[in-house]
Amino acid sequence: MYPDNFYSSTFTLLADAEVGKHFYWNIAGNLVHGQVLVVIWLVVAILLVFSILGTSNADRIPHGWQNFMESVLDFITDIARNQLGESFYREWIPFIGTLFLFIFGSNWAGAVIPWKLIELPQGEFAAPTNDINTTVALALLTSFTYFYAGLSKKGLGYFKRYVQPIPLLLPINILEDFTKPLSLSFRLFGNVLADELTITVLTGLVPLVIPLPIMLLGIFAGSVQALIFSTLAAAYIAEALE
Amino acid sequence: MDSIISAASVIAAGLSIGLAAIGPGIGQGNAAGQAVEGIARQPEAENKIRGTLLLSLAFMEALTIYGLVVALALLFANPFNT
Repeated sequence: MYPDNFYSSTFTLLADAEVGKHFYWNIAGNLVHGQVLVVIWLVVAILLVFSILGTSNADRIPHGWQNFMESVLDFITDIARNQLGESFYREWIPFIGTLFLFIFGSNWAGAVIPWKLIELPQGEFAAPTNDINTTVALALLTSFTYFYAGLSKKGLGYFKRYVQPIPLLLPINILEDFTKPLSLSFRLFGNVLADELTITVLTGLVPLVIPLPIMLLGIFAGSVQALIFSTLAAAYIAEALE
Repeated sequence: MDSIISAASVIAAGLSIGLAAIGPGIGQGNAAGQAVEGIARQPEAENKIRGTLLLSLAFMEALTIYGLVVALALLFANPFNT
């Protein structure tokens, strides 16, 4: 889709973003996007190592790495508590925390690690969240979770909220269940991809120094998007619970 | 790809991101202005205001991002490109 002279310089080559090209793996007849899976495994491994380092030989008085991980947990607990309220938040910390840490890890893995140095036959390594399949999976997971939260708390009475203010709003309330995952997934996907495309375009124009602030902005936006995704997930669960 | 379809897609992609930027631009300007006003009036609340502002700015930005997603779909995954 790009014109041919877009790949003119080496710097551009190091920063080109390929949209819609994937490194396909054929697993049992299903085509999967290999580059996304590899980075996801890396992110999961990093998160696992971090948490194992933080919890192995845990001390009553935390220091070093344990201290850091506890402050991370505090941060996540605050997200859950602010949205869900004092009485319900405790059991949802694992879900919200997983969402936050995974998205944060993926965004930063895409922004911080110089993936373009590794060449693939097709496609390229990048943040897993710049593939719409990843974000849709996360968003659908959120949808199922808030349904589960509502149904397990209120049983079938949960569906009463569809006719809640007046029955006239029924179609809009049903529509909302579809727009929630749609907006969640598009927001994350678009933001991550927009960062990478901005860097690509800027690197194509001015290869040195100028893209740096945008890269920093990308790192910042990655963390804000993770915060927003987990906050919204918590808010949707809270909405189903109340 | 048919050249008419390419031309129309490129124009539509430009329009979709440009038009989608108008509303959020106004909204983000309003929000940031109000936040500055709030901080000037009550400097001790700065941290809380900043957090809320960043969160709501990101929500507004999402609207432009939807435009961007449409533009990207037109450029890279055009459904009419037979």
